[in-house]
Parts: sequence; C-alpha cells; structure tokens
Amino acid sequence: MKRLFPILSIVTVVMLGYALYLALVVAPADALQGEVYRIIYYHVPSAWTAFLLFFINFVASIRYLTRSKASTENAAKWVAIGIGVVGLVAPFLPPVRRLIPPGMEPSAVATTIVLIPALYFLVGKLFPGDRLDVLAVTSAEVGVVFCTIVLITGPLWARPVWGIWWAPGDIRLTSTLVLWLIYVSYLVLRRFSNSAQTQMLAAALAVFGALDVPLVYLSIWFFRTQHPQPVIGGGGSMDPRMLHVLLFSWLAFLLFGFLVCWSRFRLELLKREVEQAHAMESLAGAEDSERASLPLSRSSR
Amino acid sequence: MNAVKFLFAAYVATWAIHLFYIGTLVRRFSRLRQQLRELGKGK
Repeated sequence: MKRLFPILSIVTVVMLGYALYLALVVAPADALQGEVYRIIYYHVPSAWTAFLLFFINFVASIRYLTRSKASTENAAKWVAIGIGVVGLVAPFLPPVRRLIPPGMEPSAVATTIVLIPALYFLVGKLFPGDRLDVLAVTSAEVGVVFCTIVLITGPLWARPVWGIWWAPGDIRLTSTLVLWLIYVSYLVLRRFSNSAQTQMLAAALAVFGALDVPLVYLSIWFFRTQHPQPVIGGGGSMDPRMLHVLLFSWLAFLLFGFLVCWSRFRLELLKREVEQAHAMESLAGAEDSERASLPLSRSSR
Repeated sequence: MNAVKFLFAAYVATWAIHLFYIGTLVRRFSRLRQQLRELGKGK
C-alpha cells in the first residue's frame, strides 16, 4: 500500500503531462472558436470530477445519517436496491422514454441510476463506521477545489466566445455557483462548529446540496441556456480526435483527484488521531491534578 | 491572438489552484505530525 501511492503519483504525472500535450498539440483547433476551445480539456474533466466527488459525498452522508439505527439502515438499503431495479427497467419503458431529453440514451440513464446503489454498497463496504464521515469531508473538499476550477475556467472561456464573463440568470451557470456555495458552507460548518451534532448537520446539508447536482447537469436540456449542449450523450457533437483527448484528460484528472482524495483522507485520519491524543492528554492531566489535590484535602480535615 | 491569452490563463489558473491546495495539504500534514511528536515527547 505504501508503494502504491508513489507509483500512482508517477503514473498520474505522466498521464497529466501527456494529456497536456494532447490538448495543446494533437487535438485540432475548433473551426468556430479556434484555439480557445482547448479550455474544454480542463473545464469539462474538472466538472465531471467535481460531480463525481459530490455524488460520493452524498452517498457517504446518506450512509452516515442512516447508520445510527439498524431499522433506518435496513430501510435505506432497500430503497437503494429499489432505485437500482427501477432505474434498470424504467428508462426503457415508452412513457418514461418520452420524458428523456432528446439525444440522451435510455441506456446512459439506466447506467447512471444503477451507479447509485452500486456506489452505496461499495462505500458502505470500504468505509465502515466513522470513516464514512472522513470520506464525506474528503470528497466535499476536493470537489470544491475542482468546482472552483470549473467556475474560473468557465468565464475565461466565455469572455472570448460570448463576449461576456458571466451570463446573469443563466440556469447552468447559476446552479453551478449555488452548488459551489452549498459545499463551501458545508466546509465552513465543519471547520467552525464544535457541536457534537456537527457531523450530523453537515451530512444533512450535504444531502440537500447533492440535489443541486442533477439540476446543474440536466439544466441545459430543460431550460434555455447560453451554455452549449453536452458533448457526450446530448445534443452536441464532437470530432472523434477531440473526444479521445477529452476522455484521456478526464482519466488523468480522475486519477489525480483520487490521489488528492487519498492524501486528504489520510490527513483527516491524522487530524482525528491528534485530537484524540490531545483529549487523552487533557484527561490524564485532569486525573493527575485531582490525585494531587486529594492528600491536601485529607490533611486539611 | 487574444483568445490564446484566455486559454493560457485557464490552464495556469487550474494548476495554480491545484498546487495551492496541495500546498495547504502538505502544510497541514507537517503541522499535525509536529503536534503528534510534541504529544509523544510530553508522555
């Protein structure tokens, strides 16, 4: 395990370097937007990684909230199984199929929905007990970093293409900003609240925050927006050479995000270890002073 | 071309944010390890 981290780090650096080469040299320039279109190779993978991390945060928070009672945990397990079964069948039924936005494949919808119970059980197996909370804070913090990049590279792309930095009132842009604000408030709550209920409150906030993720993702289908159509599974289209670069870039950023999460996870464990050691020390200190005060009180009698 | 400046700015901003965040992680790690060492000495 100790060797895996440096090996993966080297692989990630090589992949990120190659992704940069592909993005700047190999991928063709866009016919309409020219060179600035290459921002897509950083903007879109960052957005996908942020969404995935917020989704992991959502699953970890749900598991954390439901683990206090065996009956609630059991009910949540069956709800997850139910979502998986319905998600596997429903997108192919004609009445539901009509509701799916044009350009979006029912199989893509089914796969996405089936991922919910799959991740639910995987997270529960790999992160037992308090590690669920550690996973939640880790994924939220790294997700905010990736979402910040989305919010910075987006306007840098919009300015030369749309002529404006930000389209006020645009649902895609606004919902992404709201998503970022929700998770920043989640981190602020965790950082500054000392209440015993902080972890529970943060988990509840994360569940509501995650509801914004589908809104961000689906907003370009259901609302009129300045933001272009998605390049995969939607109304947009892309040169296969560009698509290859985009997917490779995402893979590189995904691996990078995984390593950052790994480090952040270890940091959180170390932080809790230090807090526990501090608590033990102050407890020992209190016991020592109590013992020291006992002979005095006896002799005074 | 002016648009290339925006491309350059986006790539630089991405790595600046990632490196800044990694820097904060390294700083937090070393601070916690220091605290843990001090706690160990105190025992």
